[in-house]
Amino acid sequence: MRKTANQKAWFFVLPVVSLVAFNAIVPLMTVVNYSVQETFGDNVFFWAGVQWFEQVLRSDRFHAALLRQLMFTGTILAIEIPLGLVIALAMPRKGPWVSVCLVLMALPLLIPWNVVGAMWNILALPDIGLLGYGVNALGFEYNYTRQPGSAWATVIVMDVWHWTSLVVLLCYAGLMSIPDAYYQAAKVDGARPWAVFRYIQLPKLKRVLTIAILLRFMDSFMVYTEAVVLTGGGPGNSTTFLSIDLVKIALGQFDLGPAAAMSIVYFLIVLTMSWIFYTLMMRNEEI
Amino acid sequence: MRRAGWLIPTLYIVFLLLPIYWLLAMSFKTTNEILGGFTLWPRDFTLDNYAKIFTDSTWYSGYINSLIYVGVNTAISVAVALPAAYAFSRYRFLGDKHLFFWLLTNRMAPPAVFALPFFQLYSAVGLFDTHIAVALAHTLFNVPLAVWILEGFISSVPKELDETAYVDGYPFWRFFIRIFMPTIAAGIGVACFFCFMFSWVELLLAKTLTSVAAKPIAAVMTRTASTSGYELGLLAAAGSLTIVPGAFVIYFVRNYIAKGFALGRV
Amino acid sequence: MAKITLQDLRHSYRGNPRNDDDWALKRLTLEWRDGGAYALLGPSGCGKTTLLNIISGLIRPSEGRILFDGIDVTDATPELRNIAQVFQFPVVYDTLTVYDNLAFPLRNRGVGEAEVDRIVRQIAAMLDLESTLTQRASGLSADGKQKISLGRGLVRSDVNVIMFDEPLTVIDPHLKWQLRSKLKELHHRIGRTMIYVTHDQTEALTFADEVTVMKDGMIVQTGTPVDLFERPRHVFVGHFIGSPGMNVLRCEVKGGKALVAGQPVESVNAGRYRGAGAGLQLGVRPEFVKFASDGIAVDVVKVADAGRHRIVETRLGDEVVNMLQPEDEAVPQGRAHLRFDPAHTQIYEDGWIVD
Repeated sequence: MRKTANQKAWFFVLPVVSLVAFNAIVPLMTVVNYSVQETFGDNVFFWAGVQWFEQVLRSDRFHAALLRQLMFTGTILAIEIPLGLVIALAMPRKGPWVSVCLVLMALPLLIPWNVVGAMWNILALPDIGLLGYGVNALGFEYNYTRQPGSAWATVIVMDVWHWTSLVVLLCYAGLMSIPDAYYQAAKVDGARPWAVFRYIQLPKLKRVLTIAILLRFMDSFMVYTEAVVLTGGGPGNSTTFLSIDLVKIALGQFDLGPAAAMSIVYFLIVLTMSWIFYTLMMRNEEI
Repeated sequence: MRRAGWLIPTLYIVFLLLPIYWLLAMSFKTTNEILGGFTLWPRDFTLDNYAKIFTDSTWYSGYINSLIYVGVNTAISVAVALPAAYAFSRYRFLGDKHLFFWLLTNRMAPPAVFALPFFQLYSAVGLFDTHIAVALAHTLFNVPLAVWILEGFISSVPKELDETAYVDGYPFWRFFIRIFMPTIAAGIGVACFFCFMFSWVELLLAKTLTSVAAKPIAAVMTRTASTSGYELGLLAAAGSLTIVPGAFVIYFVRNYIAKGFALGRV
Repeated sequence: MAKITLQDLRHSYRGNPRNDDDWALKRLTLEWRDGGAYALLGPSGCGKTTLLNIISGLIRPSEGRILFDGIDVTDATPELRNIAQVFQFPVVYDTLTVYDNLAFPLRNRGVGEAEVDRIVRQIAAMLDLESTLTQRASGLSADGKQKISLGRGLVRSDVNVIMFDEPLTVIDPHLKWQLRSKLKELHHRIGRTMIYVTHDQTEALTFADEVTVMKDGMIVQTGTPVDLFERPRHVFVGHFIGSPGMNVLRCEVKGGKALVAGQPVESVNAGRYRGAGAGLQLGVRPEFVKFASDGIAVDVVKVADAGRHRIVETRLGDEVVNMLQPEDEAVPQGRAHLRFDPAHTQIYEDGWIVD
């Protein structure tokens, strides 16, 4: 769309800018401030330079948390994106069932995150939970509070349960926006279902898939509440992802300097990876 | 493939409903039954857990607190995002692109990073433990999202509409409120839906910024889980009730869900 | 290649149609010879797209049969019917090159690569697409994309019929003419049956050897462009084709003679009229109205210049009579008299020609 040059438009964005600046810039400055200072309490601070950054970047604990984070995000993306795509492709396109499907599928997205954690906590209890009891009854040894493997599996299944619908809804919206003529042309051209998917649906879904992957990447990288309520980061540190670790350091141990330095590193990682990914996906697009 | 097509969504929906069923089932069981062993459905059907929530003020005030700050947040976010989205969609101005991307980066900020600084900031300005504090804090991620969604919807409205209105002599604000806002009503609805959704489901910031007076229901639940030990039935009932507002809201936007989740961009 | 026969086709989008309005197609029978160039012409909502989708097999008709060369294909899938279709909005496979787009239908049918290459190059040459073969199809302009859609139909040797659904809608005006003559030329070269659906009379009349005019789910007339122009079987055809359309005036018929405003008028078919005289109209095209020293008295209202001739608007009571006058002929002012060419003046009853 052609736009008019108009500097007065700044008045339109001023409320947004001041609100977000209040919420983003002041706290961010606080974080930066802490990240370069040392304190012994009583609000006395000393200049510490990049000491905390060096400490964070060299600490095994941070590396371990980052590795767990990457494994978690990688796993859920590898499951949720294809699964969401398959479900969206299989969804009915018209008729009374469409609304029913959409409403039921959107339901997990509107449940408070700690309730999601609590819900799966109750579901997975080995003695009285449907899932925990069921898996044990099938002869598998399962206890997510004691076995890291079980804890990981539960956290991942919970995330799939919680967020796959987002991918489904995005893909479904993308599919619905493909004009019928494309499918008719494909029929006339004798295209098999695979060719229809490969040459019509997938190219048209590129934009929504980009949005889906970006959102899922960002949000899974920030995962906190559900995992904390479900496993508390345990057993041991086995499900301590970046956010959980950060809160442990900042609010649990009150190590402000390292926590602040870690916050900044963490934020930069999310930003950089989102940017790289976005650029790669949109390389050939003219937007 | 086509004929068995219904199977995949059906299985998926069953998978989605299982944990919800279990939560509901738990909420209708007595504590004795829960601790007594595994039962597939409530043998000893009871409404006591719900009765407790509706009569105990620490419980039901949690719901009211949550609904208040979610409502305030939605109103603020959409109100400030609307003119901004209009400006981004219609005008070129100094730094517009940078500003847009800066806004979006706030959607990428992990709430854990902001928890402590937020606590200090809102304590310093004397807003700690108020509804408005949580509502304002949640604008951090809701305003960028609302701007993004609304910009998508506004850009799909031809510019000729604005120009016709000017030619017809409408003053800008009258045009904006009387003509433009009804035109993008669906977009505003979708933006409200998303603000509601993300404010309703967030806990970390809401918990950090409140202690008693504005404590959200989600935080009341975490306290229960830790202090009163094994009151699973009560916890399940409280959890079940938090699903209700979400389900209610989804029902209203059901026809726009798909387009809305694509952020008005398909 | 095939002869296409439509037998007693009816279609309704509703489950159980109750009245006439529920039918998108109200019983039609039609035959298209092999190798012809045909057009389906009608205003939007007349059912022409429904008919097109029935022929291509995307919709199954509620009643009636479709025959290709006498073989019933009513229940055959689009694939089995071997048809090609060019849509209103260009449909190309965005991520594929122009070459791969043209090769797509052949590869789907398992044709060998050497043969694919030969045919694709031959068709690309016909369509002037050779220079863009290696480009991505998504980068082409609208007319280029429409050529690709058409090319995907042309590459297949087994195609029974190529159908065009308003193919020039999104093409720039100055390219419309080019693409239209390209279509005409291709039809001569390859001799496939082509069916062209449009609401634009110029496109239909210049492309087709035989035009079928539709209205409200019915066929109003099928004929050559000349037939439609000179012998409209229904006043709708007279209105719809020609610019300005046919003049339609109230009239009476007494003793085999037509009377307009009390004046006797010679006509082709008034002698065949046997009825009681209700709902009668007289139709004559502006091309066949001339000024005369006596005849029907009218008032000249407006003269508009239209290139090599002028459109003269006259008034007969509350009715309008348009006429086309050569540029060099004088136009009287105020009161004048008109004469209708008897060979091109027809009488209609309830809209239909009197036969």
